[in-house]
Amino acid sequence: MTTDEARDLIRSVLREVAPEADLDEVGVEETLQEALDLDSIDFLNLVVGLHEATGLEIPERDYAQLATLDGCVTYLTRAQ
Amino acid sequence: MGDFRMPSLGADMDAGTVSEWLVKPGDEVHRGDIVAVVETEKSTIEVEIFESGVVDEILVEVGQHVPVGTVLARLIGTGPSAAHTAPGASVAVAHEAAPNVPSVIEEGPIRRPVPTVAATEAPAEAVGPVVPAMSETRSAPSPAPAGATGPGRVFSPVIRHLAERLGVELTSLDGSGPGGMVTRADVEKAAKRTTGPSARRVRSSPLARRLAAEHGIDLSAVPGTGPGGSVVEHDVQLVVSLATSEPAARPATGTESVTKVPVAEEPTAAVVEGRQAAMRKAIGALMARSKREIPHYYLSTTIDLSSASAWLERANLERPVSKRLVAPVLLLKATALAVARVPEMNGFMVNDESMPSEVVHVGVAVSLRTGGVIAPAIHNADKLSLDELMRALKNLVGRARKGVLRSSEMSDPTITVTNLGDLGVEAVFGVIYPPQVALVGFGRIAQRPWASDGMLGVRPCVTATLSADHRASDGHRGGLFLGEIDRLLQDPENLR
Repeated sequence: MTTDEARDLIRSVLREVAPEADLDEVGVEETLQEALDLDSIDFLNLVVGLHEATGLEIPERDYAQLATLDGCVTYLTRAQ
Repeated sequence: MGDFRMPSLGADMDAGTVSEWLVKPGDEVHRGDIVAVVETEKSTIEVEIFESGVVDEILVEVGQHVPVGTVLARLIGTGPSAAHTAPGASVAVAHEAAPNVPSVIEEGPIRRPVPTVAATEAPAEAVGPVVPAMSETRSAPSPAPAGATGPGRVFSPVIRHLAERLGVELTSLDGSGPGGMVTRADVEKAAKRTTGPSARRVRSSPLARRLAAEHGIDLSAVPGTGPGGSVVEHDVQLVVSLATSEPAARPATGTESVTKVPVAEEPTAAVVEGRQAAMRKAIGALMARSKREIPHYYLSTTIDLSSASAWLERANLERPVSKRLVAPVLLLKATALAVARVPEMNGFMVNDESMPSEVVHVGVAVSLRTGGVIAPAIHNADKLSLDELMRALKNLVGRARKGVLRSSEMSDPTITVTNLGDLGVEAVFGVIYPPQVALVGFGRIAQRPWASDGMLGVRPCVTATLSADHRASDGHRGGLFLGEIDRLLQDPENLR
């Protein structure tokens, strides 16, 4: 997966998880949970969305790597 | 026989607006069917019926704002009755505007049987002369009355509503359910097959249609923000204003979202603001009443969550992503179970008398990102397994955020849990939702220094708080309640 594909995927999943949120306002290194006001269920939905699109298992211990947009991109591009 | 009334969907609701009817006179309804959609200040609520029978008359029209308790429709006993499916009985619509509806409802609402000539056939025409704002009848342009129930086939209102929303013709489907019944899955499958423009039916209000016609706008290109994604007046206005300021800005993207996404991407700023203001006011009024009337007392305790966290981690290791649990589910379950030990925390205060509830319906405070908070109930939370509770919670949070909740969820929580933990605060001392008598708050789960057996260690901890009504219980009992939550969380096997 290329960086651009990863970024597009993350954005489309986030749009599902937090339709009211303005993704353009989020800096690439900002913590998603804070910036988008995601609770634990929203975050899990993000993980589920990424899993469904990529097939990656994404164990809980990797959650910390998904904290930021950049982190998510790195995680997805590196995984395949 | 039976009256179907505007339900009280929370103590902060005095009145509601009927925004959609999913049944019509002659329809058979069963207990639990969703029969109408009601707008309150806080949300769009799908209202279930608690009696079975046949809809005799619809007394309050779409668009009318009426007080809680107003009879919305009349039911007659179970079993389809020929007399009431006859065309003559089909459109007995109340033509009186809101001011005449009595606020205390003992005798039925004032309903003048208007001698309408065309009343037998087309509801939309029949109510034409009434004030436009009040006359938004069923929003589907062609409800296809014959097709809906078909020759010899009966579809539940829920299925009909879904089919209507997705633009699926029910009579053309082969049902996969028992006895050839058409199921939700059948409808959804059919909707996926037929995505061509011809299969799509745009639901819209009469005002929206008029406005669209005036401006030559194709309704199917307008993203709807009304109930079930229907196109309402301000949606069209938005497109009109966009079209005049920057030509071809938007309509092209609209077609998909009209049928597929129940809530449009962007309601107009004015709508959002209006709703936010109304919600602020409703919350303010209820919380002011709570603080005025309820003698709150507050307790707090910090709970060691190391065994619960470890259990959760292990449980999630074995689970696929979609089945994983989150910590709040354990906290909810522990609260629901702890009620058994201290029942006076669960129930209502009615006329200064404490009425503990037999069942445990846990209200979950869900904060809306657009502002405001809503606390719909998870029913019988004490009886649900953790997996069931997780599903219920996900589903509830999703629907609360989208603004589509059910009447039963809004009207009957017996205790509320607020979990501000994800926002990072340590503790929350909540305001009780009248007429409930207790609210449990959980803060952030954080690593804390913890002394145990003479040793200092670092453990995940959470601060649990209780706000309770002193008329219903005393601090000692409240302490026992929090202690019970603590005890249950020490052995998560208790919670399964």
